[in-house]
Amino acid sequence: MLTARTEQLPVREQHDIVSVRQVVRSWCLALGLGLVDLTKIVTAASEIARNTVDYGGGGTLMLEELRDGLRVGVRLVFEDQGPGIADIERALADGYSTGTGMGLGLGGTRRLVDEFDISSTPGVGTRVAITKWKMR
Amino acid sequence: MPEASANRLIAVIDERFDDLLRNWIADQLAALRRGQIAENDLRVQCTELLQLIRRALVSGAPLDLEAQAWSGARDLLARISVSRAQQGFTPSETATFVLSLKRPLFGVLHTESKDADSLADDIWTATLLLDQLALHTTEVYIRARQELISRQQQDMLELSTPVVKLWDGVLALPMIGTLDSSRTQVVMETLLQRIVETGSDVAILDITGVPTVDTLTAQHLLKTVTAARLMGAECIISGIRPQIAQTIVHLGVDLGDVITKATLADAFKLALSRLGLTVARQRVAPSAAPASAPTAD
Amino acid sequence: MDRIPILRMGPVLLVSIQVDMHDQLALGLQDDLSNAITAHGTKGVLIDISAVSVVDSFMGRMLANIAGVARVLDAITVVVGMQPAVAITLVELGLSLEGVRTALNVEKGMAHLQAVVASAGALSHSTDDADGAD
Repeated sequence: MLTARTEQLPVREQHDIVSVRQVVRSWCLALGLGLVDLTKIVTAASEIARNTVDYGGGGTLMLEELRDGLRVGVRLVFEDQGPGIADIERALADGYSTGTGMGLGLGGTRRLVDEFDISSTPGVGTRVAITKWKMR
Repeated sequence: MPEASANRLIAVIDERFDDLLRNWIADQLAALRRGQIAENDLRVQCTELLQLIRRALVSGAPLDLEAQAWSGARDLLARISVSRAQQGFTPSETATFVLSLKRPLFGVLHTESKDADSLADDIWTATLLLDQLALHTTEVYIRARQELISRQQQDMLELSTPVVKLWDGVLALPMIGTLDSSRTQVVMETLLQRIVETGSDVAILDITGVPTVDTLTAQHLLKTVTAARLMGAECIISGIRPQIAQTIVHLGVDLGDVITKATLADAFKLALSRLGLTVARQRVAPSAAPASAPTAD
Repeated sequence: MDRIPILRMGPVLLVSIQVDMHDQLALGLQDDLSNAITAHGTKGVLIDISAVSVVDSFMGRMLANIAGVARVLDAITVVVGMQPAVAITLVELGLSLEGVRTALNVEKGMAHLQAVVASAGALSHSTDDADGAD
């Protein structure tokens, strides 16, 4: 699999979440993603970016363009050095939240993307990678 | 891959490049049907592949196509394979692109060779390399054909799920045939788009023509209804045959408060009443039989 | 600080969200609406999201909160113009927007509000009595 373009963004405060949405959107438009797929991945990025800011103490987003002969795609990797998630299984279940208000958990976000990968170590940090593909 | 073999391959490609190219192209043109591919295009593709193979060999990479050094060659072959697939070449004809390099390559290896042992090694190395490249080409070809087929299926899907306006504010979507995951998604997006475009308050999903419904399909239908409701429109599901009703209950699918009607007609009546409309019989002329003007529904 | 403008049409407040809101802006809108409902005795709030292409869980919570606050202050809220792609994404996300009424567009949203407001016997500037209201 070839990786082509990459870009890195800071994800530290509220305004960064808006930037994340805008950058992910323009990447998806450049790749020719359909409207529904675009909306899904931008929404997923917004969710994870907010987690990174609110619970991860801030971090970074690395965007990668993926090509493997037939498909093009975009991979978003969010990383932070925050407190980490103690119980990932629970975090992935719908309805889980550590904050106030209706928490959604990461389960919903996972349904929005084609590939979802999360690793977290309490006291060290969290890494979430999501990928959306478009058939050429 | 033994370095010696690789180096001899590089040397042979360098010294006999033009001969290799010429023979390779000629062999292919002889094997293919007339006019399938322009000689010029073939020349460009063959030249590029030879150069990419040479470059990968020079970099000293192992004979593993997954290695970074071979990515250029792999990508070129993928592109060529996809284009051949789209042009209607057979898998064999596509693989021939790579495999037909064997004869010219073995030929020059033979003439340039110093001893039998190293010749045997070189031919073996070259065989391994070209076989892998040919297999890669075939893999990509198959995936490309699959994709072409599913794109055609998609087009057929869109044609076979028309959204019909039954009345101002009432849309109907008569679904025919089995509903698989991708089809239902297309259906969902089309329907919601039409709801917005027409400003319709009610959409009727009629599944009379759907023979079976599995859990996934039922869930997709429910998602469509939920999405429409989120937007501010109502969905009614009609045409649920007894077998499907039993399947739904048996699968434990919870329809929640989704309205269901046995027939499209019932659903239409309900839709009209939701909009505050009724159907009334026209007034009969005075000289006719006893006037009675019942309002239907 | 920039704020989202709120228009008043009689007993109805109208908000049209045209920008990609950052969190502070969304919270500001919540505050402003709560204050405005109280200040004007508002009976209905219409939020137009037809220009919004992404609604994430934060924005969903904001809309639900606004509806909740409005209800406590005796006003109803209608969100209009949700784009299909947004609706599909929200369903996938599992966000239900409990307590938030929706309508396809501003016209229908206003009609709905006026019907409810009139039938509740509250102050209304419309001259015809809407019957068959919700």
